Amino acid sequence: MITGNLKTTYRADEQVLNNRWKRGFVLGALAGLVAIPLFGNNYIVLIACQMGIMLIAVTGVNVVIGYTGLMSLGHAAFVAIGAYATVIFHNAAGGVIPDSLLTLVAIPFAVAVSALAGIIVGLPSLRVKGLYLAVATLSANFIVIFLIEERVFAPWTGGMVGINTPTANLLGWELGSRRELFWLIAVLAVLALLAAQNLFRTRVGRAFIAIRDRDYSAEILGISLYRYKLMSFAISAAYCGLAGALFAYFYARILPEQFDLHLSLMLVAAIIVGGMGRTMGAVYGVIVIVMVPEVIKVVFGAFAGGGAELAMIRAPIQEIAFGALIVGFLLFEPFGINQIIDRALRALNRWPFARG
Amino acid sequence: MLSVQDLSLSFGGIKALQGVSFSAQPGQITAIIGPNGAGKTSLFNAISGFYHPERGRVVFDGQDITALRPDRRAALGIARTFQNIALFRGMSVLDNIKLGAHTRLNTGVFGALRYFGSAQREELALRADIEARVIEFLEIDHIRKAPITALPYGLQKRVELGRALAMQPRLLMLDEPVAGMNREETEDMARFILDVQEEFGTTILLVEHDMHLVMDICAHVVVLNFGQQIASGPPDEVRADRGVIEAYLGAAA
Repeated sequence: MITGNLKTTYRADEQVLNNRWKRGFVLGALAGLVAIPLFGNNYIVLIACQMGIMLIAVTGVNVVIGYTGLMSLGHAAFVAIGAYATVIFHNAAGGVIPDSLLTLVAIPFAVAVSALAGIIVGLPSLRVKGLYLAVATLSANFIVIFLIEERVFAPWTGGMVGINTPTANLLGWELGSRRELFWLIAVLAVLALLAAQNLFRTRVGRAFIAIRDRDYSAEILGISLYRYKLMSFAISAAYCGLAGALFAYFYARILPEQFDLHLSLMLVAAIIVGGMGRTMGAVYGVIVIVMVPEVIKVVFGAFAGGGAELAMIRAPIQEIAFGALIVGFLLFEPFGINQIIDRALRALNRWPFARG
Repeated sequence: MLSVQDLSLSFGGIKALQGVSFSAQPGQITAIIGPNGAGKTSLFNAISGFYHPERGRVVFDGQDITALRPDRRAALGIARTFQNIALFRGMSVLDNIKLGAHTRLNTGVFGALRYFGSAQREELALRADIEARVIEFLEIDHIRKAPITALPYGLQKRVELGRALAMQPRLLMLDEPVAGMNREETEDMARFILDVQEEFGTTILLVEHDMHLVMDICAHVVVLNFGQQIASGPPDEVRADRGVIEAYLGAAA
């Protein structure tokens, strides 16, 4: 028995942040989040926005890969669908719905379309698992990009050359600058994270984990594999759709190639590094995945001073760094950074009586 | 309660079950025994819906469930444990047991994402229910937060029983509940099985090789050999059956 953790009600015992160190950690993180747009420079705001968008998508990937145990290498497709659905909705409904409400309708629309696409892409998961499912979802990614680039759809999607994106407008508040958009991204990212955590405190999330850990045992408890696997895909696709919508508002122009296999792999890499099947895993993973290219950029800048030949090998070095990170974590810390931080928080809570 | 009628199942040339028929009486403990490979676990899998028999019917509570998926059968009130423990290893004891109550809960996706409100009320009520009906009952309150992987074998078996109990089943199927246990653990488990029968009036069907346990606690015994049912009756009668002694028990028993 660990002292100092005694609870007298089930409500207190079922709390997620069940000791003061965890509460302090999360409150500190939230304070840091508010400080970014108030005190950060443009570069910090840019990076933070990118992280926020990625975080929502990675949380979605975590639902399906980390919690339900269904491998997917195609989640960039849902980000693409979310982004393009937002742009197309703006262009189509621009005159019909007043500008001040357009964003508030477009985002749920994009999320719904992505969720629907998630159910369709999730269908193979009813038959195949593991590597086979990875290939099936991978092909979904290629199909979606192919359709976006297709000439027939070009009037709506802009085809290969991409399409300009609208500015977000919340009840008349135009989020024209990145600093303003950060508020929207941050609020949605925190809510997304909270919702994911909540999901796994209830029967729905538990059913996902049950399917991951032992599918026949889940079935024997009355969990319909069909229903819950598709639900998992739908939820994770909805998350990616939300990320896609924000992606569209954030960049001035979107291109199909931004949503190719590279993005899918980044999403998977982030959750492996951060910690699969752990809510905060997505947070840590995203921080690392977004920072790695930036760090490489800075280090290269210091050595090469902008030399053209060295700049050429920066991209492959980035890929190698991602690869090394994934392999390293799978070998030495399969539960990711989350595990390291959990261990530290636990040690703090027990200090000075025990360590680890 | 449960009745199996003329059940036949084969894998290629192997006839796993041939015309097995018996019924489990409400509120009683029925045992299925027989040598290894006799088809006991196949019979369990056919009853819980993993195998689809070529012939015959499984009737539960007057309803033909032969064509139902496993999760639908669970919703009707059939729970089971597995011979080689099938707990969810990535979760705590408490979460494993909570999963047993899955079909009794109502929270949907949107309620779950929001949590506060109906989902929280349901979860807290579930926790209180499980604490009283399962955790205290099975005397596992000291390990409720422990991860499954940290538990010894005997306790894992008990947690799996707890998970099945959380379903509040009407039929409880136990596949070798005391396999690999020492005498003390076996006695504990026997006591829990009898307690379940007494307290909740659950109908119990069990596969077991421990003949002392079977003869002591069961009201009815079904004997299988090479997929065929060679005897069925009260323990004393089965113990004296010449065919059963030859096939399984041996002369000394």
